[in-house]
Amino acid sequence: MATLTRPGAPETGAELHRRTHPLKVDIARALPLTPAIVLLLVFLAGPILWCCYAAFTNTALTGAGSGNTQFVGLANFRQAFGSSAFRNSVVLTLIFTVLSAVVGQNLLGLALALLQKRAAKVVRMLVGTAVIGAWVIPEVVAGYVWYAFLAKDGTLNEIIGTLGLGQNWLYTLPILAVSIANVWRGTAFSMLVYNAALSEIPQEIEEAAEMDGATGFSRLRYVTIPMIRRTVTTNLMLITLQTLSVFGLIYTMTKGGPGTKSQTLPLYMYEQAFSFSQLGYGTAIALVLLAVGAVFSILYMRLLREEA
Amino acid sequence: MRRRSFLTAAGIGAGALFGTAACGSSGSSGSSSSSATKVAFQQWGSGTIMKDYLTGVKTAYEAANSGKTMELVPIVASENDYYTKLQLMMRSPRTSPDVVYEDTFLINSDITAGYLQPLDSYLGKWADWDQFQDTAKGAAKAADGKTYGIPDGTDTRALWFNKQLFTQAGLPEAWAPTSWDDLLAAAREIKGKLPSVTPINVYAGKAAGEAASMQGFEMLFYGTGSTLYDAKSGKWNVGSPEFRDSLTFLKTLYDEKLCPDPQIALDAQVGTRVQEEFLPGSTMAIALDGSWLSGTWLPSGGKPWPEWNSVMATTPMPTKTAGGDGKISMSGGWTWAMTKNAANAADAWKVMSTLTAKDNNLKYNIASAAVAVRKDVASDPAYTGSNPTLEFFSSLVPVTQYRPQNTDYPRVSNEIQVAMEAVVTGQATPSAAADAYDEAVKGIVGEDKTATL
Repeated sequence: MATLTRPGAPETGAELHRRTHPLKVDIARALPLTPAIVLLLVFLAGPILWCCYAAFTNTALTGAGSGNTQFVGLANFRQAFGSSAFRNSVVLTLIFTVLSAVVGQNLLGLALALLQKRAAKVVRMLVGTAVIGAWVIPEVVAGYVWYAFLAKDGTLNEIIGTLGLGQNWLYTLPILAVSIANVWRGTAFSMLVYNAALSEIPQEIEEAAEMDGATGFSRLRYVTIPMIRRTVTTNLMLITLQTLSVFGLIYTMTKGGPGTKSQTLPLYMYEQAFSFSQLGYGTAIALVLLAVGAVFSILYMRLLREEA
Repeated sequence: MRRRSFLTAAGIGAGALFGTAACGSSGSSGSSSSSATKVAFQQWGSGTIMKDYLTGVKTAYEAANSGKTMELVPIVASENDYYTKLQLMMRSPRTSPDVVYEDTFLINSDITAGYLQPLDSYLGKWADWDQFQDTAKGAAKAADGKTYGIPDGTDTRALWFNKQLFTQAGLPEAWAPTSWDDLLAAAREIKGKLPSVTPINVYAGKAAGEAASMQGFEMLFYGTGSTLYDAKSGKWNVGSPEFRDSLTFLKTLYDEKLCPDPQIALDAQVGTRVQEEFLPGSTMAIALDGSWLSGTWLPSGGKPWPEWNSVMATTPMPTKTAGGDGKISMSGGWTWAMTKNAANAADAWKVMSTLTAKDNNLKYNIASAAVAVRKDVASDPAYTGSNPTLEFFSSLVPVTQYRPQNTDYPRVSNEIQVAMEAVVTGQATPSAAADAYDEAVKGIVGEDKTATL
């Protein structure tokens, strides 16, 4: 059934667009975008498409796979799921993500945002600068700072060495060490997101809750958090996806070692694709990582939809 | 409206014109610009033996051949990263060097990948080629029978030990272990008497790369009388008890803290640290290492150490139970190869033959303490008198073993390093690590190419 418009009534968006912008003008407006689109296709879509293709071949940097690349179907994926090193990487990636993103950055960011609300301006500025400073420095520099801090003759051992607890933290607790380093590095993002969300909560609601006799903690639990639930889910999704692909930090600190104790999926991928020259297998693992990211995203979207 | 669309079209047309002109000019200049022959080599650590050698050759080459230039392309990367970077460069004609320094263990793999071109037509006309020893001539020969590289030296491996530390620990200066037990006993003795000294170094782990496979593992494994690969049957050895034994011995050394701390041993710098810090600093007593070590201690090396010969001594690495000749060594070597994407093959050949000509090769072998592969260099008094350890290392050539000359060897070697690292870090027992190695090898070469030898 066609919608009837009264004469003189405002036109709908599509009709308005079609009347004021004939096709010729549309093309003329789109043309300056073509260089950008071409660049995006070549440098963004191109490599992704090549990866999707290479994952089903045995392409390599050297050896038989390099001179005579063949289509091998799902062999790379079968090899991955049958490999204990791959399973180890998946477990470590999950530990790393949950520890440093879902628990670490998220809770610390929220705590900092809540505290900043009631802090003096000077304190707010100092803390903000320090936290954002950690976020802004390059990944390799952050990795090296933590390496220097946690190594056997590093700063931490200098401080607590007198207590007899000196050890090479990067050797004994590698996944914990890189998780803490990642929390230190990425908390600023969560803090900024929660800052913005908390500033949207009207003052009156908080005061009303306080007058009703709610203590600080129950106010947080029953008033503040429900009001920023959407932000929490969005934030979790973003930092999870960011953390899944952390490579430089871990590589600089432990190179995935000792052995494979901190070899998350990105590091395992790098080792297989470049150190061991198996590009096909490495890109297959990259696609698996993509799938892991997709699973996390769907999880969070489900949570988001339930409240809406 | 008309004027606007005209201007739009004109603007886009001009932009496109400039764009293609810019692309076009850069494209053409890229291919025909420099006639310099690009020579790629590894630059790692503070030693500059290769760089100095190449700089010297470059000056002479450019003086002798006006209009032709050599461009040195140092690839700053540790052991295995160098191979990866080189392969990435060779994949594209735009980045490919013309002459590359290839390790013999990788050359078969790169030949299969199609990165290198055969040199038979040039070698046939080269008078110097007859001066190369037969084993050397076969070092860069591929499965198709063609030769793809000119070797510039070989090496052997043995035990270096510090005479002064041995005397302090009450061990003989003329130490000559005949079995793994002898080696273990001496290391334990040093650990007991000199607690601040690391008794022995055996390379292990992925960071050390091929050094761990060859100087470390294969010196033990081939000393059991076994082999990684049987060329006649074309089968790789899996399920080998000797493999487990070698890993167990390694585990013993690391568990009893006779070797450096794993954090040092699994670091990419370990080779440099052993050569330049631990041995000259007398904080390490024994090193299972190669003939080239003294090159670092020469005045031209990374850590000049004038007294090296009075402090360090050498002895062959024993076999497991004094079987066979009682001693074992492994030999490798590097070659100069020509890439398939070389811009000018004739120039590249000229550079290669200059680099391996008698005088230049002599200079390089002296500076790098290599075992000569040219008969005329080997008999040259300047060479024979250059290094006191030369005679010893050359004497090991009759007992030396070679790595499998097989395209899949580099991937198998990676799995050896993975197994070693798992054992050294305690992540796996020698049995579990050996099983994982077997599975990995079956995955790499196919189960039909494996057998328990």
